[in-house]
Amino acid sequence: MGDLPPDPEPPPQPTSSRRNSQVSERRRSREHTRPQPTVPEEVQQIPLDAQILRGSREMVSSQINRGWSQGASLTPSENFIFQAEEAQRGSIEYPSLNTGFPSEVQPQTYPSEGRLQASHNASLMLQQLQQGEGNLFQQVESAYQEPRADLLGQYTRYQREDLQFSQDTQHGPYLRDDPALQFSPSELGFMPFNMEVPEPEPRELAVQNAKAYLLQTSVNCDLSLYEHLVNLLTKILNQRPEDPLFLLESLNRTTQWEWFHPKLDTLRDDPEMQTTYEMAERQKALFGRSGGGEGEQEMEEEAARMAVPNIMEKAFYFEQAGVGLSSDESFRIFMALKQLVEQQPIHTCRFWGKILGLSRSYLVAEVEFLEGEEEVEEEVEEMMEGGEVMEAHGEEEGNEGEEKVTDVIPKPTWKPPPVVPKEASRNGANKYVYFVCNEPGRPWVRLPHVTPIQIVQARKIKKFFTGFLDAPVISYPPFPGNEANYLRAQIARISAATHISPLGFYQFGEEEGDEEEEGGARRDSYEENPDFEGIPVLELVDSMANWVHHTQHILPQGRCTWVNPLQKTEEEEEELGEEEEKADEWIEEAEQEVGPPLLMPLSEDAEIMHMSPWTARLSCSLSPQYSVAVMRSNLWPGAYAYASGKKFENIYIGWGHKYSPENFSPSLPAPVQQEYPSGPEIMEMSDPTVEEEQALKAAQEQALAAAEEEEEEEEEEEEDEDEDQDD
Amino acid sequence: MDEESLLLSLELASGSGQGLSPDRRASLLTSLMLVKRDYRFDRVLFWGRILGLVADYYIAQGLSEDQLAPRKTLYSLNCMEWSLLPPATEEMEMQTSVVKGRFMGDPSHAYEHTELQKVNDGEKVFEEEVVIDKAVAVIPRGALVKTPFGPIRVNRTFEGLSSSEAKKLSSYFHFREPVELKNKTLLEKADLDPSLDFMDSLEHDFPKGSWSIQMERGNTLVVLRSLLWPGLTFYHAPRTKNYGYIYVGTGEKNIDLPFML
Repeated sequence: MGDLPPDPEPPPQPTSSRRNSQVSERRRSREHTRPQPTVPEEVQQIPLDAQILRGSREMVSSQINRGWSQGASLTPSENFIFQAEEAQRGSIEYPSLNTGFPSEVQPQTYPSEGRLQASHNASLMLQQLQQGEGNLFQQVESAYQEPRADLLGQYTRYQREDLQFSQDTQHGPYLRDDPALQFSPSELGFMPFNMEVPEPEPRELAVQNAKAYLLQTSVNCDLSLYEHLVNLLTKILNQRPEDPLFLLESLNRTTQWEWFHPKLDTLRDDPEMQTTYEMAERQKALFGRSGGGEGEQEMEEEAARMAVPNIMEKAFYFEQAGVGLSSDESFRIFMALKQLVEQQPIHTCRFWGKILGLSRSYLVAEVEFLEGEEEVEEEVEEMMEGGEVMEAHGEEEGNEGEEKVTDVIPKPTWKPPPVVPKEASRNGANKYVYFVCNEPGRPWVRLPHVTPIQIVQARKIKKFFTGFLDAPVISYPPFPGNEANYLRAQIARISAATHISPLGFYQFGEEEGDEEEEGGARRDSYEENPDFEGIPVLELVDSMANWVHHTQHILPQGRCTWVNPLQKTEEEEEELGEEEEKADEWIEEAEQEVGPPLLMPLSEDAEIMHMSPWTARLSCSLSPQYSVAVMRSNLWPGAYAYASGKKFENIYIGWGHKYSPENFSPSLPAPVQQEYPSGPEIMEMSDPTVEEEQALKAAQEQALAAAEEEEEEEEEEEEDEDEDQDD
Repeated sequence: MDEESLLLSLELASGSGQGLSPDRRASLLTSLMLVKRDYRFDRVLFWGRILGLVADYYIAQGLSEDQLAPRKTLYSLNCMEWSLLPPATEEMEMQTSVVKGRFMGDPSHAYEHTELQKVNDGEKVFEEEVVIDKAVAVIPRGALVKTPFGPIRVNRTFEGLSSSEAKKLSSYFHFREPVELKNKTLLEKADLDPSLDFMDSLEHDFPKGSWSIQMERGNTLVVLRSLLWPGLTFYHAPRTKNYGYIYVGTGEKNIDLPFML
């Protein structure tokens, strides 16, 4: 086996040259790895074919340079096939085409005819290549193998049909009866060596016609069937999947797809991935340290201000219970909370949970501000509200002035129910301030304080959250606020219902005042018990009495501490006029609402149907000594609490709705309002009909005309008088 | 979700908040392997967890070669010992639709209902699971391919949906025998690819809007959540082969859905 000469590839086609060299290397390697050709004939073939190769390569390059008139671009595989075909042809007399055709046809006809054969042989070879068997030349020999024949036959039959088609449309000899075309490859063996080759020229022409047909491109795309098949086969050969026939269709589709979607180039960005990259950038900012600063000082400061809790530890415990987000998500939340702490003056903060929404979800952080920091924002809000009220009053007075001129419209006797004032910050439902964000990395948005009316209405409706804070909440009864308010109200309800701790963790502070005062002094505050020693996990799981609520229950009024809405403040009394005071007489007396006290154990919670409102579990029954007590709420699905030793934590991950075994039925619309009763002050008259109006108009005109006549008469009389006087 | 990629799947599906504790995960990995061997399944899917009052049910499904053939369902209380759930009959379907309320967690618990016969908790579990599965098991378009020889196979060249396709509901199908496909007009059918589009799409689910589709994890994961059966989470990482669904919930239908949208 001689060494094959280096490829004299032309410069303008470097890719094909690379491929060619690969191919030839492959051949080379095959030849080297199989030093003992099993078939004796092959030995003879090799030197012959090596010569052919040498010769053919030159011819190939010259052909390439001449270019194809069909305009097809030469892909490396074509080159390969071409070379292969050259290698197998017995005759090398390329220039000596004397088929009697015009000379310009010659260079075109020649290669395509060769290709036809090559296609056959290529299919043979490729099949063999896939099996990974031997040499180029050996493969050709082993085409005799029977089991492959059927599949191969199928494959080549397709091509044969193409050929027959093409022969109809093209000029030149149409070799319908070409024996070479009709034999199946298994019978055929290796054609040029074992059979008498019919005259090369007509067959070459037919091959060329076939190839021309395969190379034609349609108006829609630039890809011809030939190129596509070449791409497909190259892909198969490169990837070597198992069972390629089975995958043929998918590979076909993939190849087509790839043609139209080339891989990224370095200059252009993939538009689809833009949003993904943006988010990644944002989250990267999370991980950066804030400001430059000297390293040591910052470490000390951070160690001192432990405002951010150890989220990772809590995430670990919740994971034991089978609840919670994945650990990298928890870490990102931790970094986001740290960022929040740096931006706002925060005393303590806690990760409250996650509320799922339709388009986006909310991550909620429960925050307690430093003393005095929070009031600035509160004042701003109040100022705005006060200003609006003043303006409203001004308008009313103006209107009243106008009204008195025309008919007085009777004032409605309906008064809106008195607004229950919302709780002050740090009290009751507004004890904590909540911040939300959609994803860690996005800015945190503060939720406004909740008003009692919002809680009352939120109890009556059930709506999914969309994920956008300013989305309106369309419901009946109409919710006073947008999604931010609804979210805040639900958070308040969930916190009040499901925040629990082991008994003894919190204790009341020193008693403030007598318990016998009117309304009962509710113990509003609690503090951590320094002597808490933890309750054994098994006991926590067994009995509900070992857990207590540490948030205040929200009364039906919507607040935690009851306020009589009918008590007027001094300002209101001044504004009331005399008329309105009379109307107050019919107001009912409101009853004081009472709720369960703070730190009430869970065993006193009301049952849902016949189901206990909490489910207690050990996190792992296989290792009870190390497991954690887990409480799951049945009333608010998604609320969990764990306790282990001295640590405990609550979390909520869910849709934000209460569980009710019955259907949700919305409240009925209000009854139709009654009309004013007819009386001396108000009497509803029917509108005048058209005839009446016209009659009135006619009468008026007559009166006007009569008045004019009288005036004229008077003037005449005056003139007469004047005349008389003048006399 | 496939038991082969269980850990990754659980991690990706954890956005809904419910997952499995480490001890359950470990026991699932081993026991599902054994189940696959014993029952000679082609693929075993961990279907999910139904939360009961006393105990939870863990459900797994076994698939044979043909992906759309009826699946065998197994349940377990401790993720180690799996028992086959009996196949459902129509009577049981009717009965379970009437019995309301949460699952107890005790397979022998008998529900009482005034009119109909008592229903076993175990049967109820199975019924619910079948109902839920038929309603909301999801698979992305292109993951299964219909071969010309008949059976439906996993598509080995499925590289994942692209980011733009992943945000559309029409790229996801119900993982069950198609029901509405025959009712499509000829015009619609002409656009379908018969090797890929042989199942119902999620797009025409009723009521409209009963699926919530979101991107999580900085846009690298698309999560579908069913609003009709809260607790069903389907995740898919676009441009990768990872997809799966899991149900963790109480097993009750959300009949208030029209009010909530």
